[in-house]
Amino acid sequence: MDVKIKNIRKEFARFPALHDLSLDIASGELIALLGPSGSGKTTLLRLIAGLEQPTEGKIFFGDQDASLKSVQERNIGFVFQHYALFRHMTVAENIAFGLKVRPSATRPPKAEIRRRVSELLDMVQLSGLEKRYPTQLSGGQRQRVALARAMAIEPSVLLLDEPFGALDAKVRKELRRWLREFHDRTGHTTVFVTHDQEEALELADRVVVMSQGRIEQVGSADDVYDRPGSPFVFSFIGESAELPVTLSSGQIIFQGHPIGAAEPGEGEGKLFFRPQDVVLTDEQDALFGKVTACRRLAGTRIAEIDIANHGHAYHVEIEVPLDAPVTLGAELRFRPTRWKVFLATQ
Amino acid sequence: MKNWRQPSVLPGFGLTLGYTLLYLTLIILVPLAALVWRSTGIGWGPFWALAFDQRTLLALRVSFGAALIAAAINVIFGVVVAWVLVRYQFPGRRLLDAIIDLPFALPTAVAGISLAALYAPKGWVGQIFAPLGIKIAFTPLGIVIALIFVGLPFVVRTVQPVMAELDRELEEAAATLGANRLQTLSMVVLPTLVPAILTGFALAFARAVGEYGSVIFIAGNVPYVSEIAPLLIVIRLEEFNYAGATSIACIMLIISFVMLLVINMLQMWSRRRYSNV
Repeated sequence: MDVKIKNIRKEFARFPALHDLSLDIASGELIALLGPSGSGKTTLLRLIAGLEQPTEGKIFFGDQDASLKSVQERNIGFVFQHYALFRHMTVAENIAFGLKVRPSATRPPKAEIRRRVSELLDMVQLSGLEKRYPTQLSGGQRQRVALARAMAIEPSVLLLDEPFGALDAKVRKELRRWLREFHDRTGHTTVFVTHDQEEALELADRVVVMSQGRIEQVGSADDVYDRPGSPFVFSFIGESAELPVTLSSGQIIFQGHPIGAAEPGEGEGKLFFRPQDVVLTDEQDALFGKVTACRRLAGTRIAEIDIANHGHAYHVEIEVPLDAPVTLGAELRFRPTRWKVFLATQ
Repeated sequence: MKNWRQPSVLPGFGLTLGYTLLYLTLIILVPLAALVWRSTGIGWGPFWALAFDQRTLLALRVSFGAALIAAAINVIFGVVVAWVLVRYQFPGRRLLDAIIDLPFALPTAVAGISLAALYAPKGWVGQIFAPLGIKIAFTPLGIVIALIFVGLPFVVRTVQPVMAELDRELEEAAATLGANRLQTLSMVVLPTLVPAILTGFALAFARAVGEYGSVIFIAGNVPYVSEIAPLLIVIRLEEFNYAGATSIACIMLIISFVMLLVINMLQMWSRRRYSNV
């Protein structure tokens, strides 16, 4: 089912958590809400679920206004960050819960519930553990029980809050791949919240980058990484360096010297580039600074460079070829091959 | 079980266990042993005769019956009170929270006298029920009311902290799965509170069985009808019938011990069953 979020605003005790935010999620899409803590991503997820009520704005599930429906009526699958499994119930009872609480008119018969539970256990690869209690499971297993429990009610939308946040790195990687396959197989519209950009970029069809209660950019992994739409996105996603520049008559001016041709625009701004998008050069109009540190990172070498600026220095990190002559304390000249200037007025 | 001494960063197992045993012996075991010894000193025949005397049996029935009913009622309303205190913010909440403890602090005789005055046929509350033919003060009903009064804080104070620790996400999870408020309460919230509720029940019950001060003013103390066992013990003492007094005490002790043991076992079972620790 597709989900439309229209001009949602949310305030907690006068403190604004989300500012006038709109988002369209297509049916069957896997969407990541990515942002630092406090960016409002979990609030947005809870608003979609109906666990919070918007201060203003509407949310549509398909053509229906979900704002008029209670949590119970929205038929969403919600997986909590800490799973929120019922500790006094076995795995099977946890999964069956959503079916058991249905009014008798729509409640499946007992045998049918049992069959569905074992089907779901199969799907999350936990067959044989139905009699266990949640405390007797590992973190990854609990996560999958929580997912099976949410899927049992055949939700129209699946919402996951930091689904891998509490797991160790190895389990996290496995579950990530597993969730992707799971989504491709079941085709549910899925929204998950994460602060881990690697997770968002790898897993999601589209990434929604959020900051301070606003959506900064919505796009594919390629979009947000290669074509960041705002200074925040550029610095939040991946590594980047940032220098204050001025645009003037088609030139980028840094510390009074032109360093390259600019896109249209005039005025103060910030130049962003990624460490890997630079070349070393001897040209006079290149950027230059003193190498303060140099470290090996897998297949490449990272040089930390201080660009002098009246007493204090701009610190940037660039990637240099392994065979490049880089000496500590020496001067290094380089030029970004791909960059982006964001004007202060934008 | 070869070595009870577990290696630990905190030394002092021997010292603390020794102290605990000595303390328990002096404070609890010696007086109780003396009681049992005194009561059986008169020989089995007279002991049984005294213990199973009609008046004794009825007094025990009143004591334990009223204590059970009062503890059960306290469980229901104590949980509701704890819920209100934990879940809702309202003006005067802290004041209400403090009032809960008053039955702990108030001399029980004061409570008994004021309850008797209130529930007597001419009292503020009693006069409402009197035309309906319901007598509260000076009947077993009055005893139950006094016991509810003294037992309430036990339930509230044991359930309240556990309730405050309840994970709100569990209720939200139940709601997203389609459970209504009542289903969430009965299937998710209450089961996790069962161990605490049982503890509160046991404490309120134990307190009610031993209660004397508040009850004697409101009970009417009619032999065979509204006479509690502790009062009967005092009556026997005043008659210098020490054997009779200790026999009743001994039986109360045994019944209380067995009931508390059963409740404790239930509690252990429920803790395993409902919280899986």
